[in-house]
Amino acid sequence: MNKAVALLQEKFPEEVVEVVEFRGDTAIEVKPDRLVSICAALKDGHDTGFKYLSMIAGMDYSPASPRFGVVYNLYSHKHHDRITLKTRLADDLAPVIDSVAKVWSTANWHEREIYDMMGIRFNGHPDLRRILMPADWAGYPQRKDYPLRGQ
Amino acid sequence: MNQAGTMQRTETMLLNVGPSHPSTHGVLRVLVELDGELILSADPDIGYLHRGIEKMCEYRTYHKCLPLMNRVDYLAGEVNNFGFCLAVEKLLGVEVPKRAQYIRVLIVELTRIASHLFWLGTHGHDLGAMTPLFYAFRERETIMDLCEMASGARMFPLYFRIGGLAADLPEGFIPAAWQFAKSFDKNWKDYDTLLTQNIIWKGRTMGVGALSAADALDWGWSGPMARGSGVDWDLRRDNPYSSYEEFEFEVPLGNSQGDTYSRYLVRMAEMLQSNRIIKQALEKIAKTEPGDIKCADPRVSLPPKEMVYSDIASLINHFKLIQEGITPPAGEVYQAIEAPKGEMGFYIVSDGGPQPLRVKVRTPSFVVLGSLDKLCRGRLLSDMIAMIGTMDIVLADVDR
Repeated sequence: MNKAVALLQEKFPEEVVEVVEFRGDTAIEVKPDRLVSICAALKDGHDTGFKYLSMIAGMDYSPASPRFGVVYNLYSHKHHDRITLKTRLADDLAPVIDSVAKVWSTANWHEREIYDMMGIRFNGHPDLRRILMPADWAGYPQRKDYPLRGQ
Repeated sequence: MNQAGTMQRTETMLLNVGPSHPSTHGVLRVLVELDGELILSADPDIGYLHRGIEKMCEYRTYHKCLPLMNRVDYLAGEVNNFGFCLAVEKLLGVEVPKRAQYIRVLIVELTRIASHLFWLGTHGHDLGAMTPLFYAFRERETIMDLCEMASGARMFPLYFRIGGLAADLPEGFIPAAWQFAKSFDKNWKDYDTLLTQNIIWKGRTMGVGALSAADALDWGWSGPMARGSGVDWDLRRDNPYSSYEEFEFEVPLGNSQGDTYSRYLVRMAEMLQSNRIIKQALEKIAKTEPGDIKCADPRVSLPPKEMVYSDIASLINHFKLIQEGITPPAGEVYQAIEAPKGEMGFYIVSDGGPQPLRVKVRTPSFVVLGSLDKLCRGRLLSDMIAMIGTMDIVLADVDR
């Protein structure tokens, strides 16, 4: 079994929702509440060592509910291993999740982009403002209900 | 207090750099807070080249995404397509024939040299060395010509397809590529003599923008940026794709100081390694069957034309692939490749339909630009120009 899965099932058995293996990729879905502790454990764990956050993607699964999700891709240079960590956010109208910018500095810009594009807020983010769109832009362009050619 | 004993008013200055300035490598605006010439903070304002490529992909078939992907990092157009094709092929669970894999490696390594040459020319130019640009563009032009030969286009070849290549290499390509590969090592020495031991170059780059290996990973650095800091990591070697495991090459680490000069050494040495791979690829291509450039899976590749005319199943297959497009099974994959600028990743989610549910493009330029503030604080304004250059960013790659 994947070391990251083993670590999470040992330390956070209540949090793991689902583990999916597809085409050699391991995707672990966890509950959002203790995400920062989970990420810190994966980063510092001896057998995992995911020191590198590859990317964070905001997801709009509309019309499904819970509608929004956040996906983290982590890489371990120690084992040359990669996992996808997924969460679904409970609130469809005002999606919010804790920021992992304290765990990996690179998360700062990824989270700003998701806030800008999807309107997902990150608690504890040091500087949560729009990044690609102008500061006074209304709406979140990458949501599924946002028309392709703008409003 | 000044000499006269009166209180003198001091304040910091806010300087607007860009968005249209030759040293910003595209349209990048940086709001710099200065105390004299010292940088207190640097806030990059990006998004001027935001085209919404990820959003547009959700409204197109997988093949129609390819022209968009060419334009993500337009200095290495075909590399983006390489990653996207590999990601969709992973989603489908198909593998392309060896000949197509080797040709892809050949084109991508040529593109890596072209991208590094562009970096070398512009980075040198930013710091006052005018000559390298002319030498670098001489070889870059040859690579553009090779791309044009293979596909008809120079900047955006659009030569790779999901499941293989658009066509086999044209006649005369292999000799022309050999000619490039054989002369490149000698031409490389021209840039090396201009800069590597140049005292001004060393003065402008040594100790500038230094970052430790641990910090480099914390800030998400990959590719030459991370290797300049001594992170011994190359996706081509550590997570091989497209038969990279069959190629012999070294992963240069510069002098591991993590400064601009170290990254200069890394990229310079990488060009020679790419040329090694190109020579091996050319030898390997010669050993494969010409024309074997597409995977035979009917979900991906069109059937042979004579079959379409004679066999009803092939006709239906052809019709469905043209009308509907490729329909991968529901699922999600992440495929990362070693692009010239670092890790380029594609996270693709499919719901089983002909259009992707979500395409997330992880670009190296976006990530490294996020650490500009960290690098610049306490340095001189002129060092910021060196740091933007050493990051090898392309704003199209930052904004997508």
